[in-house]
Amino acid sequence: MKYLVLLIPCVIALWVPFFNTAEPALGGVPFFYWFQIVMIPGSVVFIWIAAKIEGSDL
Amino acid sequence: MIDHLNWTATIVFVAFFVAVTVLGFVASRWKAGNLDELHEWGLGGRRFGSWITWFLLGGDLYTAYTIIAVPALVYAIGAFGFFAVPYTILIYPFVFVAMPRLWNVARKKGYITASDFVYGRYGNKWLELAVALTGIIATMPYIALQLVGMEKVIQALGFHGEGYMAHAPLTIAFVILALYTYKSGLRAPAMIAFVKDIMIYIFVIAAVIMIPIELGGYGKVFEAAAKAYEGKQNAGLLLTQAQVVPFITLAIGSAMALFMYPHSMTGVLSAASPKAIRHSAMTLPAYSVILALIALLGFMAHAAGVKVANPQDAVPQLFLKMFPDWFVGFCFAAIAIGALVPAAVMSIGAANTFTRNIWRPFVDPNMTPSDESSLAKLMSLVVKVGALAVILFMPTKFAIDLQLLGGVWMIQVFPAVVFGLYTRWFSGTGLLAGWVVGFTFGTYLSWGPTAWVPMSVVGGVGMFNALIAVAANIVVATVVSAAFRPATDEAIGHRDFEDAIEAAKA
Repeated sequence: MKYLVLLIPCVIALWVPFFNTAEPALGGVPFFYWFQIVMIPGSVVFIWIAAKIEGSDL
Repeated sequence: MIDHLNWTATIVFVAFFVAVTVLGFVASRWKAGNLDELHEWGLGGRRFGSWITWFLLGGDLYTAYTIIAVPALVYAIGAFGFFAVPYTILIYPFVFVAMPRLWNVARKKGYITASDFVYGRYGNKWLELAVALTGIIATMPYIALQLVGMEKVIQALGFHGEGYMAHAPLTIAFVILALYTYKSGLRAPAMIAFVKDIMIYIFVIAAVIMIPIELGGYGKVFEAAAKAYEGKQNAGLLLTQAQVVPFITLAIGSAMALFMYPHSMTGVLSAASPKAIRHSAMTLPAYSVILALIALLGFMAHAAGVKVANPQDAVPQLFLKMFPDWFVGFCFAAIAIGALVPAAVMSIGAANTFTRNIWRPFVDPNMTPSDESSLAKLMSLVVKVGALAVILFMPTKFAIDLQLLGGVWMIQVFPAVVFGLYTRWFSGTGLLAGWVVGFTFGTYLSWGPTAWVPMSVVGGVGMFNALIAVAANIVVATVVSAAFRPATDEAIGHRDFEDAIEAAKA
């Protein structure tokens, strides 16, 4: 159960209809692209939380 | 042959290549161990801490072929090529949870490959063989594709030859690679990975800053790309409705397959501790950002007016057009060295698997550690010669098709390996039956009459074949396991999966 938090970034990364749009664009980059790129470090946050919950040796 | 050579770029290119060759040979003395033992030659003695594991896995997973192929797909059809981003997002939560468990049991039992674990878990040597063969068959074309990546940049330097001479530089590079891998084992790519990864970070950061500035900003880049896709079907800056499910299933399927490959396993098992693996799971996404930025180079090629018949030439041509010669040489060297690291790790992973899971159980059960090491060294050469032969004697398309098929095959060992990390409920017979069905069905779905097709239509939507086939695999494995219960003796206890520290606390 402690790993359920790791499903969150996976679900967001696969929730294509949510980010398959051009707007809001960021500096000329359509939402589709910049959102997915931002989600990469975003996913790390969830892994970090999972590590804290687990209390694993880091 | 060399009349059109870009000399400045070539000299920089060759200089870097020579430098990493020296590193490759020196590496045998790094963190010295007895290279006559397989875990020393083939896993670097499991001595790689967080930093080395990060560089090695980064250099190993984000291959030269990826660097050429992902922007090529974006160049050709746009948004769909970005499946690589959700794909790489899915990987690391999985690595974080599952791979430390595999590492722990592998360390305790002396396992070197995924098939070692599968045999230890289920005691079924035919399942072990199936997992081993899948890994080797899927790896060979993948190594061949690293050569394709390398050859693309050698051609872009202006080298053109007739007949077999056309492949001369590639052959020389590969022979050198084969020799230092033979001598130094996994230590060679681990050391070269430092150089590769730093070079790739430099060229990507330079590219994503400098090129858009010269082209008038990202807005202009995307506008130009949008124009290039006008009127094309299933191409554009956003996914069409019909592309959404293929995009999702391709990301999931690719992610499930990636860590089943022998070269990924080798990278993970060479870590010094589960802690190093967890650290890497949190830091490796830095490479995914780089990969996403590399994907954007496909759009920049359109904006820069690069017109190529083969999309795989888009990135090399973009660099030639936008960068000064010396920096082109640097970028191309980064891509070529980027091919060496995965090619070396892949050949080592395949050689370890052949030695441990095919030769030892089926031919010579009484191998000494030094026999194992000698055979694996020899096999690493054989695997590389095989990959070179694929490139020299077969059309490139064949290697690309085989590699795509490789993903469909590789995912079929997922149930045996990953379910096995958590439960003994499945039986070896059941998983073997599932593997046979998944492997056959996946191949059948993919083998079109004229060309290889990655997607099939299920219930009106396109889906990645690998995912359809692995679903069939799991159903069969479940039904057959329910019918044939496994023997009750457990070779591996639940504690073997825990970190040593946690096990001590419990």
